[in-house]
Amino acid sequence: MSMTASTHDMMLEQARWRWSESLFWILSVLVLFVFPSKALLFSQIAIMGLFALSLDLILGYGGIVSLGHAAFFGVGAYAAGLMAKHGLGDPLLGLAVAACVAACIGWLTSFLLLRGSDLTRLMVTLGIALMLFELANRMASITGGADGLQGMMVGPVLGLFSFDLFGKTAYLYSLAVLFVLFLLSRKIVHSTFGLSLRAVKGNILRAGAIGISASSRLVAIYTLSAAIAGIAGALSAQTTQLVSLDVLDFHRSADVMLVLVIGGVGWLYGGIIGAIMFTLMQDWLAGITPQYWEFWIGLVLVCLVLVGHDRIKTGFQSITARVSGKGGAA
Amino acid sequence: MSIALATHELVKNFGGLRATDHVSLTIHTGARHALIGPNGAGKTTLINLLTGVLTPSQGTIMLEGTNITRLSQHARVQRGLVRTFQINQLFADMSPLQSLCLAVSERHQQGRDWWHVAGSNKSFVDEAEDILTRFGLSDVMMQQTRFLPYGKQRLLEIALAIACKPRVLLLDEPAAGVPEEERHEIIDILADLPKDVTVVLIEHDMDLVFSFADRISVLVNGALLTEGGVDEIARDPQVRAVYLGESGHE
Ligand SMILES: Nc1ncnc2c1ncn2[C@@H]1O[C@H](COP(=O)(O)OP(=O)(O)O)[C@@H](O)[C@H]1O
Ligand SMILES: [Mg+2]
Repeated sequence: MSMTASTHDMMLEQARWRWSESLFWILSVLVLFVFPSKALLFSQIAIMGLFALSLDLILGYGGIVSLGHAAFFGVGAYAAGLMAKHGLGDPLLGLAVAACVAACIGWLTSFLLLRGSDLTRLMVTLGIALMLFELANRMASITGGADGLQGMMVGPVLGLFSFDLFGKTAYLYSLAVLFVLFLLSRKIVHSTFGLSLRAVKGNILRAGAIGISASSRLVAIYTLSAAIAGIAGALSAQTTQLVSLDVLDFHRSADVMLVLVIGGVGWLYGGIIGAIMFTLMQDWLAGITPQYWEFWIGLVLVCLVLVGHDRIKTGFQSITARVSGKGGAA
Repeated sequence: MSIALATHELVKNFGGLRATDHVSLTIHTGARHALIGPNGAGKTTLINLLTGVLTPSQGTIMLEGTNITRLSQHARVQRGLVRTFQINQLFADMSPLQSLCLAVSERHQQGRDWWHVAGSNKSFVDEAEDILTRFGLSDVMMQQTRFLPYGKQRLLEIALAIACKPRVLLLDEPAAGVPEEERHEIIDILADLPKDVTVVLIEHDMDLVFSFADRISVLVNGALLTEGGVDEIARDPQVRAVYLGESGHE
């Protein structure tokens, strides 16, 4: 029986909260007091981290590649922006509505992604984002078109904390939302539902053969991911008091993919760490070479991917060497 | 005797190729039914049709009196129609314990539970561990499946199906690729399957088929050639010509 207990404990072990995680989140608050002048940059990082986290849920855990995740970010940003413009400036209400609107679009479009290869999924997600971009562009009377949304009035968070010029409230607010949604995502990926997602991603044929309805799991995670991306967009709208067509732009979908790949796919901290690296690098490089910073980001990305690729290759070579050494004939 | 699984005039065309040709098959509850036939006869295709991986071009499939022809793969599993694969289909980056726990949770309709940590239901873990122990996999249950030796993966392939508590179990060449000296593990497991579970076995090893099955269907070019008791089939000159002759040169 003690054997059984330990098996049970071992199953739970990987979901255990580690002290390094506490340290990470404590540090994320402390940086504000060490570098108070960087608060706006930090809040940008928190929002990018949340956006990348939402992409990781579908890419890293669900195995759905997307080049159009900005669709949900943008929809969330416009939802929160429009509310603030029309007198509904409560930030949390804005987040809730943004999440719902983005979730609806995510749910509707998820059915287009159930079948098909990675390539079709890339094209479908890209296409949907392009359509939404064009739609926002055409509906200039509502969205402000290329000029952006004018006259947003965002109220204080919880009716208590007004947004200040230095971005202190913005950062703590974004960080708190990131933290809560991180905890939720963490809970989900370690749950049985999360395990079933891994199964669907790993072998969809077998997943079906043990009674998993792959479609319903993918629809669920895609909808959730869209909602979280929508919240990230809403945070961006509320903290910068600015929404323009840029929130739906293709580069945003590409950036978030870059961020996730830099930080690591299939690991919830990957998106956040990628966001830290990407945004700091962007900030720093833009200071030195304002025109060429993307070159350096590109270089870093290529190096990262090649190093990762190499490691896989050596691992593979050592395994094949072992196998052929044992089996004699190769 | 009640009928567990039946097909009526089942047809599957792949373009111009008819892989399943008007197959009408009846399998009684609790049967040990072997399905034999040369390579390319359409045995795996038939399993794919029965389990919903493929949609038939024509014909119907009945499971315990219910028409399941249009049901999804997972809905059939929930009704107790479970299979294994000729080529391992496992969760390579999960451990056997995780794979089994997941299968057990799904069977209890808990696969959508997004709140509790996977494995927090102790009775599911116990059940998973039980099966793993029975299959001699308890010493490797925490390892990543991709690193298990082939023989262990083959056992896990069957263990995963057992975790779904099948009423009708379809085994597609369970001993395929397993070296002679490890075959007995698989044979023992087949012999130990509960008597009320209906088993359909596809297998090339004639000794295994003759010792395990009480009834044999012979499939050739997608169509049923003949069907009968073990002795009947062993004596059938047609079968010897088509199948036993062919398997001789393997
Ligand atoms: N998905 C498929 N598409 C096209 N042809 C297929 C497909 N699956 C099987 N076949 C063909 O159907 C025939 C029967 O194959 P299969 O059912 O695998 O035979 P068996 O399992 O008896 O060896 C073969 O000729 C095979 O090439
Ligand atoms: Mg086959």
